[in-house]
Amino acid sequence: MAGLTPDLLAMQVFAGLALGAVYVLMALGMSLLFGMLTVVNFAHGAFYMLGAYGAVALLGYGGNFWVCLFFIPLAVGLVGMAVERVLIRPLYGRGIDYPLLLTFGLAYVIVELVRIGFGTEDLPFDTPAALTGAVNIGIGYFPLYRLFVIAVTGVVLVGLWLFLERTSYGLIIRAGARDPQIVRILGIDVGRVWLVVFGIGTGLAALAGLLAAPLQGASPDMGDSILAIAFVVTVVGGMGSLLGAVLAGLLVGVVVSLTSLVAPEAAQVAVFVLMAVVLLVRPQGFFGRAGLMS
Amino acid sequence: MSELGNRALTRRRVLITGAAAGAALCSPAIVRAADNDIRIGFPVPLTGPYGTEAQDQVRCAQLAVDQFNAAGGLGGRKAVLLSRDDKLKPGEAATRAIELIEKDHADVIVGSLSASVQLAVNNVCKQRRVLYNSISQSDQITAMPDWSPYTFHEALTPHVTAGAVGRYAFPRFGKRVAFLSADYAYGHEMVAGFRAVGAPLGIDVVADISVPLGTTDFSTVLPRIAAAKPDILCICNFGRDQHVSIKQATDFGIKRTSRIVVPVLLYTARVAGGATAFDGVIGGTSYYWGIEKTVPSAKAFNDRYRAANGGRVPSDYGALGYGGVYAVLKAMKEAGTTATDKVIATLQDLHYDAYKGPQFYRPCDHQSVQSVFIIESKSKDMADQYDVFNVLATDPPNVDALMSCKAEGHA
Repeated sequence: MAGLTPDLLAMQVFAGLALGAVYVLMALGMSLLFGMLTVVNFAHGAFYMLGAYGAVALLGYGGNFWVCLFFIPLAVGLVGMAVERVLIRPLYGRGIDYPLLLTFGLAYVIVELVRIGFGTEDLPFDTPAALTGAVNIGIGYFPLYRLFVIAVTGVVLVGLWLFLERTSYGLIIRAGARDPQIVRILGIDVGRVWLVVFGIGTGLAALAGLLAAPLQGASPDMGDSILAIAFVVTVVGGMGSLLGAVLAGLLVGVVVSLTSLVAPEAAQVAVFVLMAVVLLVRPQGFFGRAGLMS
Repeated sequence: MSELGNRALTRRRVLITGAAAGAALCSPAIVRAADNDIRIGFPVPLTGPYGTEAQDQVRCAQLAVDQFNAAGGLGGRKAVLLSRDDKLKPGEAATRAIELIEKDHADVIVGSLSASVQLAVNNVCKQRRVLYNSISQSDQITAMPDWSPYTFHEALTPHVTAGAVGRYAFPRFGKRVAFLSADYAYGHEMVAGFRAVGAPLGIDVVADISVPLGTTDFSTVLPRIAAAKPDILCICNFGRDQHVSIKQATDFGIKRTSRIVVPVLLYTARVAGGATAFDGVIGGTSYYWGIEKTVPSAKAFNDRYRAANGGRVPSDYGALGYGGVYAVLKAMKEAGTTATDKVIATLQDLHYDAYKGPQFYRPCDHQSVQSVFIIESKSKDMADQYDVFNVLATDPPNVDALMSCKAEGHA
């Protein structure tokens, strides 16, 4: 067995951060929906999968990866908006479990529709030609495409932060999350704000799925395993906290990676152990507001 | 008040009608057999990480059934294939197998696609004295205490497969070997097989890592494998795990220093993983359609498959579905009955050439003795999209390559 060198350890942490990048994108969308709309979106994994299949379809019509990167999150975001308008909206103000159950069922419907449309077989998804191969990052070789995923996640984070903190629309969204009643009295159509937020959340899931496709191909149930991790990340970071989603996403990635170094069989279990420990010490997660779920 | 009542009633009626319509639309097209039919229960993991392979097993098994029926069946009795989704879970598979036997009155069970799931199905069949022909790899199923006289094994065993691949690869590509395997029976048995054949060849195991079945990201174990600088990276997993891990290992630049070798190189995984990722990967297989140039029964089988599936070619594990059903139906026809003891007696002595050349079941453990092919994935000089492998070597059927009856615990 190879010795544990500082380079390997550094590489392992870096691999964990890269892995965490996709978790961050997933958890961001999920946390956004919960923090703003109090919707626990069980269909988030299905939207993730739609991102990959949307790209498969678009590539089939002669699009390239870069076109997909721009259009697919937009298109799936529109699907998400339609879902909000038709299915989720009638449930606002009912209990938290209504949208939860609805999205739980919706996930099955979406996955089955994709199975009918694309078949149950795994579909190949090539890494874009410009991003293939591995580059030496000083501590060893790392796939160029994974570096690209980290970069995209960084850009999305900055963009989302600027949008929410520096634009007037972002101000409305934040206000709407804190007190929709007052915002409505001020003459703002809160319904439209929520529609946009739902679109952003599902669009982020689609982006994560699209970015994951060159790593693992496309399959109808690809959203299942990542949904579980995204929930863990959201809970550890604090339901509704975007900063929490980012930090917890990266942390979970690093925990998986470092556990893999000593006991790869236990890497997935370690994620849930982490969640259990955090919940015992700090039930609301890193940055969550206590009592939001009740 | 009455208006409200009417509305509620209408709404309820709409809901009920909708639900009924929905149920009718969604009710799965599960085949049920008529009284006189020969029923072949076929539990395979239609959904999940091995779904692609399982779907092809159903397509191929159906070919064997259609062929049997077209030839007149068993004195006019037709065969039907009752395929069920076992979801790659031993418990689910056991439940499906019990249903197939007790509710659908299956005459025989063929199927399952995982080393651990087949043991669950085998156990159910053993208890109920129903013939079971397994079509996925396992060493355990042919050994005591799992094996029973009702157990047949159409697939290769990890011992045979890893043995053939190891004997080919270790002398050629180097002695420093790293293992990356799926953490369940299949992965463990394959690694054991490679270690057994590698020990006398003097291999040095520099890493032995197993990760859970269904892992979709291998980036956290690949740096450690790269750091160990193996001559050979031996990836012992299956289905989606195989194409995902090979793709990611390629992305991490493993091929820069190491040769990737797998015990079973899947046609379906190669198709899903792409030519670039699989380029140069070497592995074993029980079947590759390309052997049709030299094997007439392969040509006949491929042509039958092509005609039914729009010109596509059958996969290796799909072909096992064909072989497994073919052998059982052939034995029934020769025995002239579906009575389990008679079919077992016939099957034990059966020499058949279903699709890949001569095969027979070894008497002591009912293991199908058959050829093994060593293949290499190519990315250049491909005649068409189906031309993905070169056959490098063929091990003819050889009882001596099997684990001995004694080692398996048979008297």
